[in-house]
Amino acid sequence: MSPVLIAALPFLGALLAGLAARAGRTAVMLAAGLCTAAALAGLIGHWPAVAQGAPVTAAFDWLPQIGLEAAFRIDGLAMMFAGMILGIGILILIYARYYMGETEDFARFIVYLMLFQGAMTGIVLSDNLLLLLVSWELTSLTSFLLIGWWRDASEARQGARMALAVTAGGGLALMGGLLILGKIAGTFSISGLAARAETIQASPAFLPALILILLGAFTKSAQFPFHFWLPRAMAAPTPVSAYLHSATMVKAGLFLMARLWPVLAGGWEWTAIVATTGLLTMVIAAKIAFFQDDMKALLAYSTVSHLGLITFLLGLGTEPAALAAMVHILAHASFKAALFLTAGIVDHETGTRRLSRLGGLARVMPLTFAVAAVASLSMAGVPPLAGFLSKEMALEEAAHATVFGLPWLVALIATIGAAWSVGYSLRFLVHGFLGRPRGDMAELPHDPGAGLLIPPMILAALTAMGGILPMQLLAPLADVAASAVTGLPVHGHLALWHGLESAALWMSLAAFGAGIAFLALWPSLSAMFEAAPKLDAKRIYDAVIGTITRLAGRIDTQVHDGNPVRSFALAIPAMVAVGLWAFLGASHLPGDRAVLSPHPASLIGWAVLMLATLIAAIVHRARLFALLLTAAVGLVLALAYAVLSAPDLALTQISVEVVATLLMLLALSLLPRITPAETPWPTRLRDAVIAAAAGIGIAALALSIMLRGPAFPPISIFHWAQSKPGAGGTNAVNTIIVDFRGYDTYGEITVLGIAALVIFAMATALLSNRRALARLRRHDTGGNSGDPHPQIVEIAVRFLLPLALVVALYIFLRGHNLPGGGFVAGLVVAIGLLLQYIASGFAWVEMRRRLSPHALIGAGILVATGTGAVAWGFGRPFLTSAHGHVVLPVIGDIELASAAAFDLGVFLCVLGAVVLAIAALARLGAATTDGEEEEG
Amino acid sequence: MEYLVASAIGLMTATGVYLILRRRTFPVILGLTFLSHAVNLFIFSSGRLKMAAPPIVGRVAESSDPLPQALVLTAIVISFGMTAVIVLMAVGARFGTGDDRVAPEREAP
Repeated sequence: MSPVLIAALPFLGALLAGLAARAGRTAVMLAAGLCTAAALAGLIGHWPAVAQGAPVTAAFDWLPQIGLEAAFRIDGLAMMFAGMILGIGILILIYARYYMGETEDFARFIVYLMLFQGAMTGIVLSDNLLLLLVSWELTSLTSFLLIGWWRDASEARQGARMALAVTAGGGLALMGGLLILGKIAGTFSISGLAARAETIQASPAFLPALILILLGAFTKSAQFPFHFWLPRAMAAPTPVSAYLHSATMVKAGLFLMARLWPVLAGGWEWTAIVATTGLLTMVIAAKIAFFQDDMKALLAYSTVSHLGLITFLLGLGTEPAALAAMVHILAHASFKAALFLTAGIVDHETGTRRLSRLGGLARVMPLTFAVAAVASLSMAGVPPLAGFLSKEMALEEAAHATVFGLPWLVALIATIGAAWSVGYSLRFLVHGFLGRPRGDMAELPHDPGAGLLIPPMILAALTAMGGILPMQLLAPLADVAASAVTGLPVHGHLALWHGLESAALWMSLAAFGAGIAFLALWPSLSAMFEAAPKLDAKRIYDAVIGTITRLAGRIDTQVHDGNPVRSFALAIPAMVAVGLWAFLGASHLPGDRAVLSPHPASLIGWAVLMLATLIAAIVHRARLFALLLTAAVGLVLALAYAVLSAPDLALTQISVEVVATLLMLLALSLLPRITPAETPWPTRLRDAVIAAAAGIGIAALALSIMLRGPAFPPISIFHWAQSKPGAGGTNAVNTIIVDFRGYDTYGEITVLGIAALVIFAMATALLSNRRALARLRRHDTGGNSGDPHPQIVEIAVRFLLPLALVVALYIFLRGHNLPGGGFVAGLVVAIGLLLQYIASGFAWVEMRRRLSPHALIGAGILVATGTGAVAWGFGRPFLTSAHGHVVLPVIGDIELASAAAFDLGVFLCVLGAVVLAIAALARLGAATTDGEEEEG
Repeated sequence: MEYLVASAIGLMTATGVYLILRRRTFPVILGLTFLSHAVNLFIFSSGRLKMAAPPIVGRVAESSDPLPQALVLTAIVISFGMTAVIVLMAVGARFGTGDDRVAPEREAP
């Protein structure tokens, strides 16, 4: 099976699980589980090749411009991790099916879980740094959804937010690191990096890249001091904790360090940072784990500690240590997932996870106890379990590491960590399952059904068998993984017994003695721990986040306080200043383009426009008058377009002006007639200065453009030349709109349609708001004449509608060759309809209206989309047009372009949008006092 | 002609800016209308002015620039849509909050 398919199958599983939502929980689980199983089978199918040391690869270009290639590669390391992710994934799916409550939205839960699984699989299979990064971020996002699953609980929300802040923050650092790394290496291919390791490590940018990448790895793998998010993430449902926080996500950081080991390891920086962090994390977390009361918190801190141990091993940078790391990853995944699932069972059956309230469960839940015993003894490192084996290997490596010239220091710290580890493992078992029950349980708990029990049993069996038959079970996988990490063939000899001269044996024994002593001294140690001052990471985190939020809020209210007047008053002078600065900073040639001489009519039009504009600014408080002046300006503008050889614009401007004025008249009937004089004269003066500066600036800019010819040939030369041969129309403006730039137009009519729907929705919301409706009912539109709908107007206007339709048809049909087209035609019909609203009243028209404007908008966009999509049928890109001649009886030969159908879509959409927008306002008018009277 | 167009753009911009700096919704709506006019004319003028040369193939040898015209044509219609949305926001604010101020009353900036 192609590695691409293996990486895609979990996502397919997410899709199928979502689709199976109605078919019940078992169907959802099966849909997801079968996809996971198929991916696992495909993975195992590559085992023979991978075991021979031949990686399996597959790749296709994604965004080659930035070096992003969807490259997948299965080598030993990827095989081991993907095997864990998919294998444990199946067990988790089964467990979750029986764990999640009946009222939960199980399908959605599984969708999230599968998306997460896909992201994880993506990380481990990817052979491209950028692809790895994308998957990495995806795990942060999906784990956020999973941790915050119980979103009613503030604990879950906080935990999810914290996990996201820490891991996504680390993701940002990682992005920086990987980009630097790719830049130094000149490639983003992971398998291509290893050969350039020396060049990379010699680069001055190596250390920053290393630190950034390690920040990403440490945050993800909860290394000190970023360990605090992991225990908070335990607010997630237990299957999530078991999956994300033991077997997979937190191991992504380890995976990354292992994956980049050949490139990054070897120098002193690597060992100094990684080994130290790992060792510190191991000891600190192990101690904290011992004192936790919540079973899951204990396991969470123990996970942090084990991750620290593995980080330490990777940090040592030697082949045997890398092998030990791989073996411990396998061992840890098996026993820790089993323990989480056991904790989930205990929670499920007893209703609590607090060790201080548990105890004595061994008698009532013997099977669960058996699983817990095997797994926690493996965690403690008791022979012959897998945990013993891997811990011996780790201690052996620690025994040979030397720091500060002190050969015993690392060994001592590691032994102390191991002692705490024995302590908390035994505490989990002893306080949870042995002795007498401490809490008062309403009813006696018992072992759960097979669905909850089998997954942890399988894992416990694995951890036991791994220790007993290490060379058969663990060694093959760990060998190929370690070979892939180090780039050298590794053949480890895994055995339980290494003889009495092995240092690890004595360190282990010491750890056992100390661990048992810790447990025996529990009451006094616990009291000491409680009494000691503790650094609460959460409080620090909250303080940091709180400060940032407050600071951002303060800046935000300074810059943007929600008052548009203020924003404009700041932004407009700033824009003028920037324009002026740019103008003064450059050299200019004098404008030498010949100026057109205006004829007298133009001068009159200009004078009218200028006067109306100026007066509008001065008398704007008399709103109706100012509105009429605005309309006059719009009409003069239409004339100007006509004079300046833009007949299409003239037509559009004049029809839009009618509709817009109508709209504002309607609005004015719902708003006060007069703007109160409330700004003092200094403010008015300031505004006038700003306005004058903006006006002068833009006028100067426009003039200097017009006085000069184009700096380079305009692209419209192409449009002009191709209008007839390419688009089959002689009206170049129309062919640009419906053909050359059809995609633009397509977007524009969609926006227009959405705007109209927004208007409709706002009007509806206003009418359903009781207080607003009450105000609306009280509102007096003021100008109610005796007869709002004089009959002579009604009759006259009714004749206009068919006339408008004919004119629109004419304008529409000629549009491709002569001024006109869908926009204008739509506006003309809209005007015809709106006149009916005016003459006969809103209710009268609404009663007789057959076509809903909503449907017109939808039909318009559908027609435009359909026209565009037809091109696909001919193997051409979306919106490619075609044209040809058709001979019709009577009318004769006409040229038809498919763009005309597109223009029909434009027409329908414009018509629907305009009518819907104005009808929405008219509906509000009809709700006022006068409107009511009129209807009554 | 160029001077007429440029001065018209300038004055319409100035009026538009002055009106959008008012405190009530209706002048702001009118201001936006003026600004739309000014911007449309500005974009149109960037194609340079030409008389008696409509961009119809076959009518004239050398036409006015059709591209800015096409852009402005759709812009006119879109500005109408935008104005309509703002008008409804203004009416909604008027009946939702009881007055027609653009921002809650407070100290002048």
